[in-house]
Amino acid sequence: MTDQTMTPAGNPQTWTRSRTGWTIFIAACLLAIGNSVLPAGLVRPPEWLVLPFADWINALFVFVRDDLGLLYLTRAFADGVEWLLDVTANLLYGKNRWPRIGPIPWTVIASIGFVIGYALQGWRLSLLTGGTFVWIAVMGQWKWAMETLSVIVVAAPFSILFGLVMGILAWRSKTFERILNPVLNIAQSLPHFAYMIPVVVFIGVGPKAGAIVTIIFSVPPMIRMSLLGLRKVPHEVIESGHMCGSTRWQLLRHVRIPTARTEILVGVNQVIMQCLAMVVLASFIGMPGLGQKLLQLLQALKIGRSVEIGITIVLLAVMLDRCTKAWATKQPEHFEKGTSFAVHNKFLLLGIGLSLACLVLAQFIPLMDQIGRRDAFTISKPIDAVADWFIVLIDPVTQWLRWFLITWVLIPIRDAFLWMPYAAVLALLAAAGWAIGGLRSALVCLGFFGLIAMSGWWDRAMITVYTVVVAVSIAAVMGFPLGIWGSFNEKRASIALLICDTLQTFPSFIYLIPVVMLFGVNDVAVVGAVILFAAVPLVRYTIEGLRQVPETLIEAADMSGATKMQTLWKVRLPMALPTIMVGVNQSVMFSLFMVIIAAFIGTQDLGQEMQRALSSTDVGKGLVLGLAVAFMGLMVDHLVSTWARSKKEALGLE
Amino acid sequence: MTAATPVISCKNVWKLFGANPEQYLKSLSGNPGFDEIRQAGYIAAVRDVSLDIAKGEMLVIMGLSGSGKSTFVRCLSRLIDITGGEVKVEGQNIGEMSEKELIDLRRNKMGMVFQSFGLLPHRTVLDNVAFPLEMRGQDRHERRARALEVIELVGLSGREDYFPRELSGGQQQRVGIARSLAIEPDIWFLDEPFSALDPLIRREMQDEFLRLQEMLGKTIVFITHDFDEALRLADRIAIMKDGVVEQCDTPDQIVLNPATEYVAKFTEEIEKSRVVHAGVLAHEVNGHSLTGDPVGDKQTIAELARLLVNDSRDFLPVANNTGTLVGAMNRQEALDVLLGAGS
Repeated sequence: MTDQTMTPAGNPQTWTRSRTGWTIFIAACLLAIGNSVLPAGLVRPPEWLVLPFADWINALFVFVRDDLGLLYLTRAFADGVEWLLDVTANLLYGKNRWPRIGPIPWTVIASIGFVIGYALQGWRLSLLTGGTFVWIAVMGQWKWAMETLSVIVVAAPFSILFGLVMGILAWRSKTFERILNPVLNIAQSLPHFAYMIPVVVFIGVGPKAGAIVTIIFSVPPMIRMSLLGLRKVPHEVIESGHMCGSTRWQLLRHVRIPTARTEILVGVNQVIMQCLAMVVLASFIGMPGLGQKLLQLLQALKIGRSVEIGITIVLLAVMLDRCTKAWATKQPEHFEKGTSFAVHNKFLLLGIGLSLACLVLAQFIPLMDQIGRRDAFTISKPIDAVADWFIVLIDPVTQWLRWFLITWVLIPIRDAFLWMPYAAVLALLAAAGWAIGGLRSALVCLGFFGLIAMSGWWDRAMITVYTVVVAVSIAAVMGFPLGIWGSFNEKRASIALLICDTLQTFPSFIYLIPVVMLFGVNDVAVVGAVILFAAVPLVRYTIEGLRQVPETLIEAADMSGATKMQTLWKVRLPMALPTIMVGVNQSVMFSLFMVIIAAFIGTQDLGQEMQRALSSTDVGKGLVLGLAVAFMGLMVDHLVSTWARSKKEALGLE
Repeated sequence: MTAATPVISCKNVWKLFGANPEQYLKSLSGNPGFDEIRQAGYIAAVRDVSLDIAKGEMLVIMGLSGSGKSTFVRCLSRLIDITGGEVKVEGQNIGEMSEKELIDLRRNKMGMVFQSFGLLPHRTVLDNVAFPLEMRGQDRHERRARALEVIELVGLSGREDYFPRELSGGQQQRVGIARSLAIEPDIWFLDEPFSALDPLIRREMQDEFLRLQEMLGKTIVFITHDFDEALRLADRIAIMKDGVVEQCDTPDQIVLNPATEYVAKFTEEIEKSRVVHAGVLAHEVNGHSLTGDPVGDKQTIAELARLLVNDSRDFLPVANNTGTLVGAMNRQEALDVLLGAGS
């Protein structure tokens, strides 16, 4: 959008644009009203418009797989990965493979965890890292957790390396970056399942496939962060490198990459979090571990046991997140002259000492080596009891809520979405695009949704859209006030942000536990999970946006005699709006992902079809469905970021 | 190379930013103004600059922000490729050098200090200072010994193991200076080295810098936007505006005879007597009878103020530091400078 549109006087161009927007909007309304008299070709995409994308993709896949022999390449790569997986599997949980020295006693791993946490940030983090491993061992989940971790240990380094190399290439070559950028955009908005189907075709199921899908899924953020980091290296630092006579390689190796350390490590953090999220979901393609257990227990409605596993996954997520973040922000510190070797390397020595001690003790005390299922604690009984009591207690409320939501909200809205002629939906989106970003945005909207119409999955897509719209709306109704309330003082804001940050590290799967517990397996549970998942970024960005408003502006408002409410409405909210919209954008993205994941507890949307495609390993269908979801996300992303950018320009924030 | 050959010599150096600057420069006839070039969609950072820098000389390039001074110094070290003209360093055209030759030149002949220091955040003071030595492949031991030497020279002994962020701004710039000196360069570029520092620290660093220069006697190109700093340090000052060197002369001449209105505006506020030296005002003796003690040619008029006011002689003898008579100074002329009259 040009800055012209922002002039308060409203020049002719603005006026024309908004008029065109309204015209298209009225056309859309007319199309909707005239639904019953419209020709069938405008109500639903006519058959000649629906193109067999799935068949084309399948043909392409067969060609690439068989004729180009990519299958051999992927199989070879997969075999390499499998060998590494076997090594870590042997070390971590004693799978009978080379080098056959495992499993490492749990106490050794826990003590290494303690020391790493302590070295990175101090005793609080050490309690978290060590404590997580102790919890896992004591609850008798060691084997499952190690199955999960053994994949992350293999997949994360691969992703980090790939990501870094791709990031450097993109930084070196503008052309490569231009090609890579749209690919990354689509990759980051494809739902998890869309990745699984091709992997199943090429590699099959099991840990190997789980690892590879994890690698592919977690690469994009690493590329983004490496590129960002390399771009952000201060100009003078590079010039100083030049003037010191560095060659290109020396400059990259000694100047650029180390100076971009923080961004690169933030990339590492994101890779690891993505890995964990994916590994848990990879249970759908036969990946053993925590995810698979959780899936089984949830399907069997064993709430207590699934809460236990949920806690483990959450602890792992928070621990991995905090450790990598601590690593990213840790600044080097010097030692005074004459410090001894022991002080220099105290953490290393401490780690080795503790591990050896545990290793020796484990030989004599079996409980320090492994904790079997029989010796393990469980808190599932009390949890079940509390959950049962609670469910019975609020049953009237949930029953009523379920009835109310389904009959008065969900079904009417869904029917309305399904009733809309597709031509009207397209016109409506074009009108929105036109109003926000002119012709270009209108075409972008038409393009994305036009392709969805041509994919032949219009009804399913509308159900997905309806779920997301309902969920994000409810999340917004809850999230905005919560965010505003949270932003009012510094202390509250920092606590709220900490909670949001922590919630965001949870793999999406976790959000299903409480809703299934409360509502059972149905539409309400799905919407509930999506609402929870979508509200977090809304709250978070609302707080951040409101906190970022420059102090002088608020002081100016105060000195103008504004009340708290006036300051909020007239100064803080308008200034925070662009940031808040980033939250809305993320919220929509998260909801789309969640809706698809929630498919396995029963939905009738694109997610359900994707599950079917997964079980019948139909690559074409799976990718078409995945792309349909990605296009919805990309369209919203385009609209919101165009709008936010012009708003920011108008506010002089950029 | 004889003493007369300049260390750095620029001829008609141009630097334009824009879509296709080389072609545009070729199409230019005459010498268009800054705005004219801007209208054609190009930014003229350096316009037709020609100047020579002699061995051991300190040239200060002075200009306000956007005057092209930083770009110009980057043209001299080829951190930026120039659009037209040529830059010769010790007789070699650096524009024609291969990447390897250029790297060799920087590894052995040039040092540069940056405004915001340009230190590597992940390396200790010692490793930062040793960085250029590491780049040219010296072994660890030699590197360390030499780095410690320069660290001592800039007064940072005992902080070798600190990281840049643990140091104050002044200390960080000392590290920057030490690093630029580690390879014992012949040519020393300083790009606003003290601009990011507090006024008090800046003064201290200038003294430190003068001390270093007295010891080392390098050829120096010093960039600043601070006219006082320029007057204090320079052998010669080049004043830049919109990419053009308005005047390039000694401090005395710049304050006494500003070449353009722009330069005159700078000198207006300056107390000339603090800048002008007796030697500059010394004329040929021409038969005047000179009596009494001579004044030193390196003394400023301000330093001589009491003498000038109290003395009754019309002409004062001026001698250099070996005691040789260099000329006669008209006391009235000197008093005019002191009182700011006749400007």
